[in-house]
Amino acid sequence: MPTAAAATLEPMTPVPFRVLGMRKELPDTYTLDLAPADGDGPLHFAPGQFNMLYHFGVGEIPISISGDPAATDRLTHTIRSVGAVSRGMGTLKAGDMVGVRGPFGSAWPVDEARGRDVVIVCGGIGLAPLRPAIYHILANRPSYGRLVILYGARSPRDILFRRELERWGGRLDTYVDATVDRATGEWSGNVGVVTNLIRHSGFDPVDTIAMVCGPETMMQYTVEALRDRGLDNTRIYLSMERNMKCAVGFCGRCQFGGAFVCRDGPVFRFDRIAPIFRVWEF
Amino acid sequence: MVQVEGLERLLLEHPLFEGMADEHRDLIAGCAANAVFEAGRYVYRQGGPADRFYLIRHGSVALEVHVPGREPFIVETLREGDVLGWGWILPPFRLNFDARALQLMRAVSIDAACLRGKMDEDHELGYQLYRRFMPVIADRLAASRLQIVDMYGHPDDYVRT
Repeated sequence: MPTAAAATLEPMTPVPFRVLGMRKELPDTYTLDLAPADGDGPLHFAPGQFNMLYHFGVGEIPISISGDPAATDRLTHTIRSVGAVSRGMGTLKAGDMVGVRGPFGSAWPVDEARGRDVVIVCGGIGLAPLRPAIYHILANRPSYGRLVILYGARSPRDILFRRELERWGGRLDTYVDATVDRATGEWSGNVGVVTNLIRHSGFDPVDTIAMVCGPETMMQYTVEALRDRGLDNTRIYLSMERNMKCAVGFCGRCQFGGAFVCRDGPVFRFDRIAPIFRVWEF
Repeated sequence: MVQVEGLERLLLEHPLFEGMADEHRDLIAGCAANAVFEAGRYVYRQGGPADRFYLIRHGSVALEVHVPGREPFIVETLREGDVLGWGWILPPFRLNFDARALQLMRAVSIDAACLRGKMDEDHELGYQLYRRFMPVIADRLAASRLQIVDMYGHPDDYVRT
């Protein structure tokens, strides 16, 4: 049986992992902590990468890693229940087993961003793939300029990782702002689209790296707002989502123009996908 | 006199009037006054005459719709640097939402009747103001449409039947 350490050497064979714990984040979203069943390790990944999670007897889905890259004893994934596999995984308990292939794909440019301002814009569950990058930057805070985290959600009760957002916002070296699309009278925070937050956040457009993750419509308007603030396409990175199957660029299911999202993405520098981004049939 | 000079400076600093000729800014300043609203106080109510607009200097405000039997529904919030109110520039000059201060709000209040009179007399001033307010209106319309799309909604809510 393959071991966790051998996972990338055997990319098509799931490695057994045990569920350490399961946390309900939102009514339809949960976080799974996984550790290799054979105790093998340490587990390394780059912020932005994903794993293929196999719910035995049901199926396999690609899920971004949402945990701290410095925590090498476990893999953390935050999952929204949208289909048979993700709903089924939501019923797992500590001690249950899942199969894991990975980690796969490209990473957020946390090294390139050193010495620069970093603007993170995310919406909905798009905060999950960016959380490892935030952990990494906060763990190496002196190496970065201004850190701006902008988050949009459907409503106040749909805000993911709310306590962490509040904790990050309480730091003197991090600017955090959040908004929701809809709210009623008791909410005293922002209401409006996430792009509205960009003009209120201070960053140096000529020396900033932006990392964006969320629904494609949200990313489209975010890119436009960032460009309006002076960022060019080479400083903007997006995480794309397509229907991934093999995760290693063999099957072609996630083809996106001349690239495969599983192998060449999911994180793309925007200038490399700009001609086909939000173009019909791509 | 001291207050007018202060307001001219505030107008000079506001991005809405960036690049505007001094003579036009002076005309606007002649219709301006400082305004302060305590948290929870309504700046204006839906359906009333749009006889003022505000340049928010500090604090934030919620635009709300009241539906009988429900809590007020917040359509959008605005804050420092934003413009509150565009109904004053388009007939029938009516307020479309309730505006409630979420925190202590300080603003420059512009008398719309005064300004519309000056725009009628000075069409270049009118053009400059329309040119600056149309993007505000267009941005709010686009944002409202995106909010209606419910981008973060669960796919099950939008399954084709």
